[in-house]
Amino acid sequence: MSGPNTDYDPVEVTPLKAEEVEAARDAALAAIAAAADLAELKQVRIDHTGDRSPLALANREIGALPPQARKEAGQRIGRARGAVNKALADRQAVLEVEHEERMLVEETVDVTVPTDRVPTGARHPLTTGAELIADIFVAMGWEVAEGPVIEAEWLNFDALNLGPDHPARTMQDTFWTDPGDDHLVLRTHTSPVQARTMLQRTPPIYVICPGRVFRTDEYDATHSPVFHQVEGLAIDEGITMAHLKGTLDHFAAQMFGEGINTRFRPSYFPFTEPSAEVDLVCFVCRGAGELDGSSCRTCRGEGWIEWGGCGVVNPRVLAACGVDAERYTGFAFGMGIDRTLMFRHGIEDLRELFEGDVRFTTAFGTEL
Amino acid sequence: MKAPASWIREYVDLPAGVTTEELAARLTALGLKLEAIVSPGDRITGPLVVGKVLTKEPEPQKNGKTINWCTVDVGAANGTGEPQGIVCGAHNFAPGDLVVVVLPGGVLPGDFAISARKTYGHVSAGMICSARELGLGEDHDGIIVLPEGAGEPGESAFPLLGLDDDVIEFEINPDRAYALSLRGIAREAALAYDAPYRDPADRALPEPNATGHPVRIDDPVGCPVFVARKVTGFDPTAASPDWMVRRLTQAGMRPISLAVDVTNYVMLEIGRPIHGYDADRVRGPIGVRRAREGERVTTLDGAERILSIEDLVVTDDSGIIGLGGVMGGETTEMSETTTSILVEAAHWDAVSMFRTGKRHKITSEAGKRNERGVDPVVTQAAADRVVELLTTFGGGTADPGVTVVGLPPEQPRITISYDLPARVTGMPIDAATTVAHLEAVGCVLEKGDTTLTATTPPWRPDLTDPFDLVEEVARVVGYDRVPSVLPREAAGRGLTREQRLRRRVGRTLAGAGCAEVISFPFVGDATFDALGLAADDVRRATVRLANPLSSEEPSYTTTLLPGLLKAVARNLGRGAPGVALFETGTVAFPADRGPAPIYGVDWRPSDDELAKLFEAIPDQPLHLAVVLAGERERAGWWGEGRDAGWADAVGLVRRLGAELGVGVDVAAARRMPWHPGRCAEVRVAGPETGVVLGHAGELHPKVCQAFGIPARSAALEIDLDALMRHARDVVPGPDFSTYPVAKEDVALVVDAKVRSVAVETALREGAGDLLESVRLFDVYTGEQLGEGKKSLAFALRFRADDRTLTEEETAAARDAAVALAAERTGAVQR
Ligand SMILES: [Zn+2]
Repeated sequence: MSGPNTDYDPVEVTPLKAEEVEAARDAALAAIAAAADLAELKQVRIDHTGDRSPLALANREIGALPPQARKEAGQRIGRARGAVNKALADRQAVLEVEHEERMLVEETVDVTVPTDRVPTGARHPLTTGAELIADIFVAMGWEVAEGPVIEAEWLNFDALNLGPDHPARTMQDTFWTDPGDDHLVLRTHTSPVQARTMLQRTPPIYVICPGRVFRTDEYDATHSPVFHQVEGLAIDEGITMAHLKGTLDHFAAQMFGEGINTRFRPSYFPFTEPSAEVDLVCFVCRGAGELDGSSCRTCRGEGWIEWGGCGVVNPRVLAACGVDAERYTGFAFGMGIDRTLMFRHGIEDLRELFEGDVRFTTAFGTEL
Repeated sequence: MKAPASWIREYVDLPAGVTTEELAARLTALGLKLEAIVSPGDRITGPLVVGKVLTKEPEPQKNGKTINWCTVDVGAANGTGEPQGIVCGAHNFAPGDLVVVVLPGGVLPGDFAISARKTYGHVSAGMICSARELGLGEDHDGIIVLPEGAGEPGESAFPLLGLDDDVIEFEINPDRAYALSLRGIAREAALAYDAPYRDPADRALPEPNATGHPVRIDDPVGCPVFVARKVTGFDPTAASPDWMVRRLTQAGMRPISLAVDVTNYVMLEIGRPIHGYDADRVRGPIGVRRAREGERVTTLDGAERILSIEDLVVTDDSGIIGLGGVMGGETTEMSETTTSILVEAAHWDAVSMFRTGKRHKITSEAGKRNERGVDPVVTQAAADRVVELLTTFGGGTADPGVTVVGLPPEQPRITISYDLPARVTGMPIDAATTVAHLEAVGCVLEKGDTTLTATTPPWRPDLTDPFDLVEEVARVVGYDRVPSVLPREAAGRGLTREQRLRRRVGRTLAGAGCAEVISFPFVGDATFDALGLAADDVRRATVRLANPLSSEEPSYTTTLLPGLLKAVARNLGRGAPGVALFETGTVAFPADRGPAPIYGVDWRPSDDELAKLFEAIPDQPLHLAVVLAGERERAGWWGEGRDAGWADAVGLVRRLGAELGVGVDVAAARRMPWHPGRCAEVRVAGPETGVVLGHAGELHPKVCQAFGIPARSAALEIDLDALMRHARDVVPGPDFSTYPVAKEDVALVVDAKVRSVAVETALREGAGDLLESVRLFDVYTGEQLGEGKKSLAFALRFRADDRTLTEEETAAARDAAVALAAERTGAVQR
């Protein structure tokens, strides 16, 4: 504050009477209490604590008092100023809170208006479905193998024990490239990827092969010339059909939920022996065959859904692919990804997968 | 294969109470897959009885029709024993005939409920039924007239019509050809229930002799056994017995004539296809040989076949009289005047049958069995059964001559260790079980200490390998008993880098508002025309299909754009205001590196051979394409919407580059289907700057028009394999300065044709090491700049690693940058 009172202006000095100090204090406190907003409070602060305020002027007079009176006057004025400053601070805090609250109310917007400036994108459920399947197997330590869709005839057929005169070759209506003696086909299954894996790697082999495959089927609600398969292949010492069953049961439970497992029926595939058809417990009626008293539409009342084919890898296939059939056995399985998703998601018409309607795709988001 | 349940049960004594459904389920569990059970009687309820027509009064009606007012004796079935009055519109019957009557209260197929009703002035209490009304066929010829003595009035008509006989339809896998016969199916039923089985082929046979029709086999590999029998004095007008007609119909075969029906019936019964010749039209001895190239025969479907040296033919003195095992010839075909029948039952080589059928595009019930393999031992039994049926129902005499030429091939012997079934299936199958089950399926076993040798049954040509025997044991034990055990944890390496990157690309595009599409990869010339590709465009050189679905689209595509453009048009056509679609997929370019070799399958091809195989396969890079059309940003309370344009396409490529850590350079290019002035070629930046990733920009207006999408639609297509190959692998931790940034903006006027990237590059090089970034933030053209000029405004940011820059340092760097831009591009600072 000011130094020794040698240079004050005696004109400005006002009396230091106790009652006057108290009056100035009370006036200040009343003004503070009456300040309605921060702007008013700012003016009150100038008026009552500024350089020309009564308490400030009184303070300056202390130096002019006889030494014995200085102490008492100093204390009196100090108390008064302290009370005023505290009241100011308190009022400031209250008014700030009020101000902020009012401001937040004033800034209210309608948050229900649309915010979709850029439309939502999506990945195709066949892509994310194949990834979901891949993740289930990768979690078991398997790997994902891939191969070309235009494939050598030898890899698509011969190496898989489908010789030129095998009746199964007529079962699979194949797209051949022109000229036919190029011995190239649009792969009819993802099995050539299995053959490639066995030809190029040494056991143990645990791979799944998802991918696009082709058959000369007419295009309708349940058939398509282009569709998607996932096949699995395990080659190791001591592999049995029991491991096949265990793997498919695990797959089914991961894909469709706990309690959904599989059953085997004898079947025929050239690349496996013994061979089996895999049925899946209908995950809609959970095997009951009926739902709310009527026959389940998903499984047509069977309680089971045909899921795919599987079996123990035929030793002839191991031989053609260079795997020591004395030491190793293996299993293989395959199913349609399209079909799997159709019953997982209740899709009625296969063609919806290939039409490219964004309303279909975006319904699935970016992950399954 | 359709098998009447009653026919199956004729050869196997199933336990009491086994229903058709249970039987079908057990057979399915053994590998004969149930397709459907057809129970014709299931759709009919209530009184369906035999009636005897007592009176039939024709009554012409005003509408020109004549109805018959009948009284019919239905015994006590109507509760009164009185004749039943019924109106009938058919005329193919007379008083005294036995007919089928459904009485009031009955329900016919189609939920057709029968009640007594007033019609044509009578109360008609029921209906006289036609086959069609009972769901037994499409016969329009009138009502069913039962044979005389078929039953008593009032008796249930269900058994007489076979309505109580279920037919089980099986899907028979190619390895189980034996189940294409009742003999085989019944054998499986016996196996399923461990029930007594009677083999219909097990019959007393006459001794072969030399007095039969002479036969010579020149190719015993193609035809190991040929049996010939003859029936003379056959009545060609004789009808097939009702039970045979019914069974053939149930099995899905059309009854034709007794002689043909008998051969079909025996084929269904025993599984051995039979051929019957008109014996009077056969000239001299029969021969079997391979055809000579170019020989011809007219088969009994009227087609002239030009033969190859692989075809097996049957000959007589006149030449070729049939394609052995596949189809007979026209010259010796049986007719409605045939009284002498030569019966052929021969065993044919399955591979030959398959090839001949395929070569001549002949599919037949006989061919289907012969090409999958028939029991070679039952030829004589089948012929004898045919002779029996022909003489029983056709009134002929069996010729005493019995010709049997050749011997059935020896059955293979397969040795396995006793524990093989357990080792392969994981089921606890002991040696005794293995032995019992192999014997149950018909194998004859020689039992050693640790191994057994099985001689397979002749009706199972599919059993050739040890694992085939494992399957036999396993299916009898029951596949439902295979335990569920997870294999050991494999030491997998997770997804490959490329697989991970592909997911990232998809997520990036979806995050940018694009929806993924999967379309068919087939294209044709019209597609390329619509894309405006020049005649010599490399994308027109395709891998072509020999048998495309549509001759309009015979090629595997070289670009993903057509599928996307069609999907875009479809979405807009369905009312979408705008759409951004993407697809990742392989395209194909012909390799022209010679045919892919076909190797043997007994051992692995060598590495060199494999390399040759892989080499012949067309290049199939993974592409990524995006098409954006219509509204890209919606209008809203925030302001105007915005349609997609060239910059969206280029922006997406840059965004993908950033996501994968690949710097991309963009340069102007001309390439269809893009707008020649709005197409960017995208290259990998940096040392490998030569690698073209693809193109992006606005589509050519003609292309938009051709695909029916809005003008200014944008697209990009890149080689995703190439992009991923350049993706940054291990990213080094970045090093950056925390000293303050100094900002300088410069506006440079250049000729309008100068590319902004050229100015930017000059600024970057001229500014030196202190430059942190440069960014074009405004492009301006206007009168005060003058004709053919534009102003480019760049924001330059400077920063040093070790100090705060002074104003002088920053200004000097800026001036150096502008000076180089001026020197290189003629830029003048505004
Ligand atoms: Zn269900």
